[in-house]
Amino acid sequence: MIARRLRAVLAGLALAAVTVAPLVQASTAAARGTVSFIQVQNDVMCVACHEPLAVAQSPEAFSERAYIRQLIAQGMTKTRIEKELVAQYGEAVLAKPPARGFNLVIYILPPAVLLIGLATLAYTLPKWRRSSRRAAAEAASAPPPPMDAEDARRLREDLARQA
Amino acid sequence: MRRFVLPGLIVIAAVALLALLTFGISSQNGTSSIDAKVARGVYPAAPSANLALPVLGSNVKKSLADYRGQVVVLNVFASWCDPCRAEAPILADAERTLRSRHATILGVTYLDNSTASEQFVRQEHITYPVLRDVSGNFVRSFGTTGVPETFVINRQGRIQALRRYQLNNTWLKRTLPPILSEPS
Repeated sequence: MIARRLRAVLAGLALAAVTVAPLVQASTAAARGTVSFIQVQNDVMCVACHEPLAVAQSPEAFSERAYIRQLIAQGMTKTRIEKELVAQYGEAVLAKPPARGFNLVIYILPPAVLLIGLATLAYTLPKWRRSSRRAAAEAASAPPPPMDAEDARRLREDLARQA
Repeated sequence: MRRFVLPGLIVIAAVALLALLTFGISSQNGTSSIDAKVARGVYPAAPSANLALPVLGSNVKKSLADYRGQVVVLNVFASWCDPCRAEAPILADAERTLRSRHATILGVTYLDNSTASEQFVRQEHITYPVLRDVSGNFVRSFGTTGVPETFVINRQGRIQALRRYQLNNTWLKRTLPPILSEPS
């Protein structure tokens, strides 16, 4: 029982260490005025495999990581490192490409689609609500359909039985 | 009339997205056109021949056009690529022979940082010129999507042979002699 609890506590501590370590590393680096490897890696792409560098496992990704570590060791800031990476690999290395030329599409298209969607909803929802209310009101005020002869006879018989 | 507004907007949006997709696909260079032409014996002119690229380890820029009249074995490589490292000694060896035949090997780095490329050049004793294609536009025009790739450009500036993966001595010995023996 105690051993099981001890194992659970140790597992919790290990999980906490794994979660907190990158944050501690980043904040320590920030306090020193330098940049941490994770801060750079999170904003950079693996240019050969077109994946975020943080998850890429290709040989090119390992080479890129080694280069970033070299630049960090030289005391460069994040901006300077990103400039250096662009000079070496082109703009494709940036996870967020600069907002110019064809790249503008990725900045403009999503909000544009969202706005068009909202405008469409704002235009159509009240119309749908109005038409459904009108249909309900019309249904309520309309006289009931006339009863056919057979139904009228059965109703009369039922009423006579209950009287 | 108003009932056509919403479907109209949806159609316009769909057409715009399709146009965007078409543009994206058409802007990618396929490898098939160069490969197919070379296979048919219709040698295409080397693309981007006038595009000047920085020479690794210097401020000088050079283009393929600077080598017109020579046979150029254009080798696209990267320091992080193991097959490139495996074929490097073969190319370094071939360069010694080619130099006397008015021919050269021309390396082009692919998605590689200059520090790592320079280290690769030193380790593999490469003596031929190496260009850096930072934007990737030069190699993309050859349909390159990976490394290593090798293109043999004849004295008229046309691609006469190519290899989209690691080369070997047999391929070089079979491919180069007829191209080298052609007059300029």
